[in-house]
Amino acid sequence: MDYILQPWPWYVSGPCIAIVMFLLLYFGRTFGMSSNLRTMCAIGGAGKHVKFFNYDWKSHKWNLVVVLGAIVGGFIAHFLLSNPIDMDLSEATVKDLSALGFNNVGQSLLPLELFSWDAVLSIKGLSILIVGGFLVGFGTRYAGGCTSGHAITGLSSLQLPSLIAVIGFFLGGLIMIHLIFPILF
Amino acid sequence: MGKYIKFFIVGIFFGIVLVKSEAVSWYRIFEMFKFQSFHMYGIIGTAVGTGIVILLLSKKQKIKTTEGTTLIVPLKDRGFTRYILGGTIFGLGWALSGACPGPMYILIGTGAFSIIIVIAAALLGTYVYGLLKDKLPH
Repeated sequence: MDYILQPWPWYVSGPCIAIVMFLLLYFGRTFGMSSNLRTMCAIGGAGKHVKFFNYDWKSHKWNLVVVLGAIVGGFIAHFLLSNPIDMDLSEATVKDLSALGFNNVGQSLLPLELFSWDAVLSIKGLSILIVGGFLVGFGTRYAGGCTSGHAITGLSSLQLPSLIAVIGFFLGGLIMIHLIFPILF
Repeated sequence: MGKYIKFFIVGIFFGIVLVKSEAVSWYRIFEMFKFQSFHMYGIIGTAVGTGIVILLLSKKQKIKTTEGTTLIVPLKDRGFTRYILGGTIFGLGWALSGACPGPMYILIGTGAFSIIIVIAAALLGTYVYGLLKDKLPH
């Protein structure tokens, strides 16, 4: 039980994610989390105005059930299967984040500087979450997938488009962290 | 409803794995893009490595899905522009918000309700992509 309560090492977590991918393929579906965003837009009626959302979203309901399960899984893991301990981040990361003005680094999953209600209710904090989320939604649909669809499923099936997309993910991430963060924080 | 239970269970497992591995943490994404820890690379690397082996084996064993069809991975359309541009845009957002679409939902379960703002913005981003789709280079 103690092993479960501790954070899981990468060599356990990675293969578990591959099992999730396999199970969804075995059920005749596929592993892709960002397509749920399109489904939710379609459920909200976006198909009346925009052709892209006018499709048979009902055949994607199973994926929303995966999302519901994932939320429950997040609850179980966080509240029932975790000892409250600080994250074992690298010292360099803690130092770099402190220099950018982040305190209590690694004491929660998300930094209070961005996700606490105080931060969310500031113009800067709110803008960061909205711009970040918007780019994720726009970019994943443009690229036709996210970490699950391209990085895990696409690379596991040796697809070149997914490799190009993953290179893009890292290009964008590196630009944000190395060039834009020093301006933002 | 019964046919959905297996998807619910897979979702629960997925949520647990991503929280226990800390892949849902904004800090881990920052650390990854700073190349300051092997952790995230280990997760993605072993996921892909295991995935390659599982898919090769299931192809060789001609495994059928529970629907009775041949197990296949849907192929992405060929192309370059949409993948590199869309990928880069997603990467910018991933590093800024610290969450890709899977973790966004999972974080709700951990009680981090402010992530709902990120999800709402992601829905807007998806909608705007749908609006502009025909005008963008693919």
